[in-house]
Amino acid sequence: MRAFVFALYLFLYAPIALVVLFSFNSGRNASELVGFSAQWYGRALSNPFLMDALWTSLIVAFTSASLAAIFGTMAAMGLERLGPRTRAVFDGLLSAAIVVPGVVIGIATLVALVQLFGLLNPAIAAIWPGSDPPKFGLGYGSIIAAHGLFTMALVTMIVRARLASLGRDIVDASSDLYATPFTTFREIVLPQIFPSIAAGFLLAFTFSFDDFIIAFFVAGSKTTLPIYVFASIRRGITPEINAIATIVLVASLVLIVIARVLTREKKVKAGEMGATA
Amino acid sequence: MALSAENKRRLVTAALVGPAAVWLFTFLVLPFAAVVIFAFGERAPEGGYQAAFTFAQFANLGARSAAFVNTLTLAPLGALTCLLIAYPVAYYLAIKADPKYRMLLISLIVIPFWTSMLVRTYAWMYLLGARGIPHLFELVGIDDVRLLNTPGAVLLGIVYGYLPLMILPIYVSLEKLDRRLLDASAALGAKPISTFFGVTLPLSLPGVMTGLSLVTILLLGEYLIPQLLGGGKVFFIGNALVDLFLQSRNWPFGSAIAVTLVVVVVAVLLVAMRIAWRVSGTRQVDLI
Repeated sequence: MRAFVFALYLFLYAPIALVVLFSFNSGRNASELVGFSAQWYGRALSNPFLMDALWTSLIVAFTSASLAAIFGTMAAMGLERLGPRTRAVFDGLLSAAIVVPGVVIGIATLVALVQLFGLLNPAIAAIWPGSDPPKFGLGYGSIIAAHGLFTMALVTMIVRARLASLGRDIVDASSDLYATPFTTFREIVLPQIFPSIAAGFLLAFTFSFDDFIIAFFVAGSKTTLPIYVFASIRRGITPEINAIATIVLVASLVLIVIARVLTREKKVKAGEMGATA
Repeated sequence: MALSAENKRRLVTAALVGPAAVWLFTFLVLPFAAVVIFAFGERAPEGGYQAAFTFAQFANLGARSAAFVNTLTLAPLGALTCLLIAYPVAYYLAIKADPKYRMLLISLIVIPFWTSMLVRTYAWMYLLGARGIPHLFELVGIDDVRLLNTPGAVLLGIVYGYLPLMILPIYVSLEKLDRRLLDASAALGAKPISTFFGVTLPLSLPGVMTGLSLVTILLLGEYLIPQLLGGGKVFFIGNALVDLFLQSRNWPFGSAIAVTLVVVVVAVLLVAMRIAWRVSGTRQVDLI
């Protein structure tokens, strides 16, 4: 059994380890290591299209994760104040945002936004006084909106689990001592839930940074890093892709390890498992 | 005019939940309603959508039956394969492993799940491609080994991608299991094997159900794995959707398929919840 588990870890890590290894390979073949070289990284980093895609991905991930962390935390705090029926509807929508396949989220956002822009753009053009009316189209906004949907639901679930483990007595104690609700939030609640919010933000960032399928539908003329990687793979596998893959891998690895340390601290303190969909 | 305490409370609640509610409504409810409306429409001559009310799109679903058949066989098969591999691992981690290293070991399982699925699938594409493992076979004289673009490659990619998501819920349910029950069973003379089938396995069923349904649901919407490892030969519903929306621009037909996919997902979810309730109280899963 030990051997089986060991083999499993090997199975999980060997393929990605090989990609990393071959990103430093000076030869072109996946089956023979020729020598050590960082040339593929040099090529990747001096590729303007790649850098552009990386930049787009960072902007999208940062914006959608920030919005998700703020609105998700607010929703988590507001939900317990709602009546049971409204809360059930809200819960249903949150689970739907998590369960509905990404491919469907992408399609739905595409269909709705294209219809909306089709109505909006001529209307604006008709009432615009100047000669060059603004035109809405797919791009940053649509990717952020679609990514934010899933990640906001994710943050809400994570923060809510933490809030549930807090208990009301500490909040009641604070208000008994004449703290205003805002002071109670700032001094008591926020420090307690902050690791969960930060973990939620990092997971949201990772999700958005790694997402391919949703962005594929709604990116319009923008290219995110996964879309760029996907397109390059279809053009033919080159060692440069190994270097890009390694960069993506290391970036998400760092974020995920931080997120895990943050939530683990919470678990030890709370003495229970945080619950996420 | 001063607000009453009750109104003030309501206002604060609305302000807290408002942004999320608006977001969910604008980017989930409305778009999905649009997809449903499209599904009953017609394809415009130049592609896209033309208003109509017809069931023609749903009647035509058979035209993409291969995608449905592939998805509805490989998704459950993939989930079951994951289960067979995941159970012993989860069992080892929860029951046998040294508690000191348990957190580290489980972290090492979870971390790959949160790293780029594209990169992890690409890794196998790289390994199974002509310059990878088949090239090694050529070196020892075995030519024409084809691994990429086969159903087997897709299944391998599925297991590789979704294994962590299966291990985790099973681990959680096994870890919650009261060890004294195992001791009691042994003390009453049960053989290890009957303790396993009589005590351990039934008590871990909620985790098994959660894992099976999570993995199956995610697989139903999968696109990347069949695209990269199946090379257009083994395609899923997700691949059909990309084709219909981005290439052939038959949006009404694509919408009908998308609606059907969501119906299937919801059906799987309801059945899984039904069974989960039956085997015991619902369990939540820890994804991070």
